[in-house]
Amino acid sequence: MCTYRTTTLAVEGSGKGAAGWFPVTDASVYFDHPVHAPADHTLNVDLRNPSRGASARVAVELDPVSARALAVAILDMLDNAPPGLIPS
Amino acid sequence: MTIGDLTARTVELEGHDGDAIEAYLALPLDTGPAGGVVVIHHMPGWDAASKEITRRFAANGYLAVCPNLYSREAPGAEPDDAAAVARANGGVPDERLVGDVAGSAAFLRGRPGSNGKVATIGFCSGGRQSFLSACSLDLDAAVDCYGAFVLTPPPDEFPLRIGPLGDRVGDLRCPLLGLFGADDQYPGPDEVAEFERSLAAEGKEFEFHSYDGAGHAFFNTDRPSFRPEAAQDGWERIWAFFGRHLSA
Repeated sequence: MCTYRTTTLAVEGSGKGAAGWFPVTDASVYFDHPVHAPADHTLNVDLRNPSRGASARVAVELDPVSARALAVAILDMLDNAPPGLIPS
Repeated sequence: MTIGDLTARTVELEGHDGDAIEAYLALPLDTGPAGGVVVIHHMPGWDAASKEITRRFAANGYLAVCPNLYSREAPGAEPDDAAAVARANGGVPDERLVGDVAGSAAFLRGRPGSNGKVATIGFCSGGRQSFLSACSLDLDAAVDCYGAFVLTPPPDEFPLRIGPLGDRVGDLRCPLLGLFGADDQYPGPDEVAEFERSLAAEGKEFEFHSYDGAGHAFFNTDRPSFRPEAAQDGWERIWAFFGRHLSA
């Protein structure tokens, strides 16, 4: 199915795309058909910079178990960062 | 005519609001006259699979065109990048879709080899859009391949407020062929059955087939969802349907 279900948010950082590094400003998160991954549905993330054109994009398509493990790892890493390194 | 002989290229045509949009045009080498088919690509975009389907219609004697519904968002971009932009922006508004399909149908009817008849076919999100086009435009036939959210509204999380089309069933202007996977959840068997009942209640000409052992996107040869038996029968249904409704 096309779930259509999509969350978009503003982000700040950098990503490496087909043409090298660029600042990322926008993210889309969705669970839908992948373009490349061999599955019917994957958890997809686009990190983008619309001001630099459509190709300024870092894309991943992850199977749901991997995506959840990655999300947990990210939160765990942030929760356990040394005190004082993450601005409140 | 020699089946399979065709020519194909990217063209520009006039879409909604007179906008110039990209389109992929495939024509049989035989000079016709022949019917036309507007191929409405799926949400992943104006990709290689959509162009391959477009060539398939030309290979079988039809004038075929596949408009790039994301032309405005990302002209010249790779199809997956363009699809990402379109998704983030909320997808394709229904009004613009109808305008782009209308322009594509007019483009085909204006070709020297046209017999004046035009159908739409759409896959996935394009299935819903094929039905919407057939409720809004003068077409000769329409095919809906597993289009979801025809009767039910899309989830709130989708930023574009496209509504369900249940109240448009009475507006259908041409015969409709629907091809569905019995294992699909969107549209699920209950929604397909309700769609059938609505069409019958309105006295519309339609033909629905649901395939056991097939889910969503069973026509997609390069995806795990591909189901050769369903796809083979589906193509035969399409050729028979277009043979009846697109002949001069």
